[in-house]
Amino acid sequence: MRKLFYIVQKEFIQIFRNKAILPLMTVVPIMQLIVLSFAASNEVRNVQLAIVDQDNSEYSRLITSKIKNSDRFILMDNPPSVKLADGMMQSGNADIILTIPPQFEKNFFKNKTGEIQLLVNAINGQQATVGAAYLAQIIQSFNQEIRLDAVPQLAVMKQFSSPQLRIENSNWYNPDLSYKDFMVPGILGELATLLVMLLTAMNIVREREIGTIEQINVTPIKKWQFILGKMIPFLFIGMFLLTVGMIAGKLIFDIPIVGSLWVIFAYCLLNLTAVLGIGLFISNLADTQQQAMFITFFFAIIFILMCGLFTPIESMPKMAQYFTIPNPIAHFVHVMRSVLLKGSEFSDVAYNFKVTAVLAVVFNSLAILSYRKVS
Amino acid sequence: MNAIEIKNINKSFGDTQAVSDINFSVKKGELFGLIGPDGAGKSTLFKILTTLLIPDEGNATVSGFDTVKDYKRIRKIIGYMPGKFSLYQDLSVQENLNFFATIFGTTIEKNYHLIKDIYVQLEPFKNRRAGKLSGGMKQKLALCCALIHEPEVLFLDEPTTGVDAVSRAEFWEMLKRLKAHGITILVSTPYMDEASLCERIALIQEGKILQIDTPQNITNSYSKPLFEIKSHDFYQLLKDLREEPFTERVEPFGEYLHLTTNSDISSNSISEILEKKGHTQIEINQAIASIEDVFLDLM
Repeated sequence: MRKLFYIVQKEFIQIFRNKAILPLMTVVPIMQLIVLSFAASNEVRNVQLAIVDQDNSEYSRLITSKIKNSDRFILMDNPPSVKLADGMMQSGNADIILTIPPQFEKNFFKNKTGEIQLLVNAINGQQATVGAAYLAQIIQSFNQEIRLDAVPQLAVMKQFSSPQLRIENSNWYNPDLSYKDFMVPGILGELATLLVMLLTAMNIVREREIGTIEQINVTPIKKWQFILGKMIPFLFIGMFLLTVGMIAGKLIFDIPIVGSLWVIFAYCLLNLTAVLGIGLFISNLADTQQQAMFITFFFAIIFILMCGLFTPIESMPKMAQYFTIPNPIAHFVHVMRSVLLKGSEFSDVAYNFKVTAVLAVVFNSLAILSYRKVS
Repeated sequence: MNAIEIKNINKSFGDTQAVSDINFSVKKGELFGLIGPDGAGKSTLFKILTTLLIPDEGNATVSGFDTVKDYKRIRKIIGYMPGKFSLYQDLSVQENLNFFATIFGTTIEKNYHLIKDIYVQLEPFKNRRAGKLSGGMKQKLALCCALIHEPEVLFLDEPTTGVDAVSRAEFWEMLKRLKAHGITILVSTPYMDEASLCERIALIQEGKILQIDTPQNITNSYSKPLFEIKSHDFYQLLKDLREEPFTERVEPFGEYLHLTTNSDISSNSISEILEKKGHTQIEINQAIASIEDVFLDLM
């Protein structure tokens, strides 16, 4: 026990002496949290729009002004021809081209239909679909208005028409659909996990690179003492980071904390234990810090992209969804969001606790088995 | 019982045979030197004996414990100082020492008598980080850390490589004092001049032991005629001697050339031959063989 205490103490001394690592562990993640939460938004704004108005009627001008009033679009220009508008899209100055054909108003009154063309630059798929949907919404509401306006009988008819179903949405757990409430808890989980994984992955490799491991290996230190001695300090760091991150999240973004913090911290402890196992395993496999870094990088990218933070797991293909099961970050993000936003209790996230516990056992067994004192 | 017993040890890495068929033993309390150039297999042998490597063939015991089966027992009773400085550079002198004492389940105070002579020199720097120490100080600290648990056998892998001449001499003084405490010491070095400071030495080259004996016996075993020669033009002398039919080997050795001849040619006749070739200020004496001469002869 005394030996273990000393190993832990030694690790702490080394961590606090390392002038590069300390700010890397505290300041950088908080900065990432702030920057990511502000910038990495799913909301689509500032869609650049070009309107080709070939009709130049009262209605076409009405559409244009309605769109102008929306803060999601920036009306770049009103080019006189479709060809010029195409050029704008080509050069990247327009994301969407709205073409109002000649005789639009006339046709509407004559045939009771009107046609409008939307050309969408789909290089950025999200911007394209979401932007086009917004635009369609505006046109839809415009449509409603002019129909009543142009055909007064319709208004009368509507009163006598058969009852219609109207769908009203209500967004539970995040009523304002606040993007930050949604992202900050997830990003916090991701940051804590990644940092701990990277730090541990570098740790034993570093001892191997400097040669200190050789001196350690000829001592009667037991494997579990050595591994546990490496794990405990990083667990502390991870928990500390989560605490600081939660405080920052509350102060800066005012994230809701509906559920129990105990569940959050208990899960964090379990999750970090699993992640530490991965880190130590990588550390045992790699010969140099550079190798360790690249292996970690490989896992980190997969873990981040498949953790449900940016794209919902539910919309992934079935096969990909299975791959998220051994991904500790996916569970962390889920637990953070459920508990913080929804107020999930332990029993609601028990599945994540169970899976993570299994992961922790598997990864740490791998770490202990792959650590060899004899080469 | 011998402190170290090595029987038919073989170890290869891929196609490279690092050590082949090594056999020797080190008596209890002996200061034994393993002498050989870089790449001779010294460090491999050390790693096998300190349980860091498993030999392909053969077996070895340290204090009667097998290096493969009883590796846990061995790790408690040996001190190992690797060739490369392997202490924590970001920990202070004091912290390093404390750490190693603790993981061996002992304290500095308990074994202070062993390291006292060395530690007093380190004491002024005890709060300095190990990485900031000079080369000689690093070696002293490493020796302290290897000694702190009162090992029965001490393994020192090239402890004096890269250390200045004064520190080297001091280091060997320390080893003699440790020997007085009854600690068996196996030390390796590429410096032939350090060989004479050991009680017995093994000459090792390309993974094979060439000779094992006391340094005195090894130098005495050199039976060929040996001369030390110098003249006004050192380099020309070397070139000329290399072409003579009586020369078996000629090597620069400090300010002299060491010449081994293959026939009973007298120093006077050598001198005459050299004069004919235009050498002046010729000095030629019968020489006593050094370890290096023996080593070069065996190679």
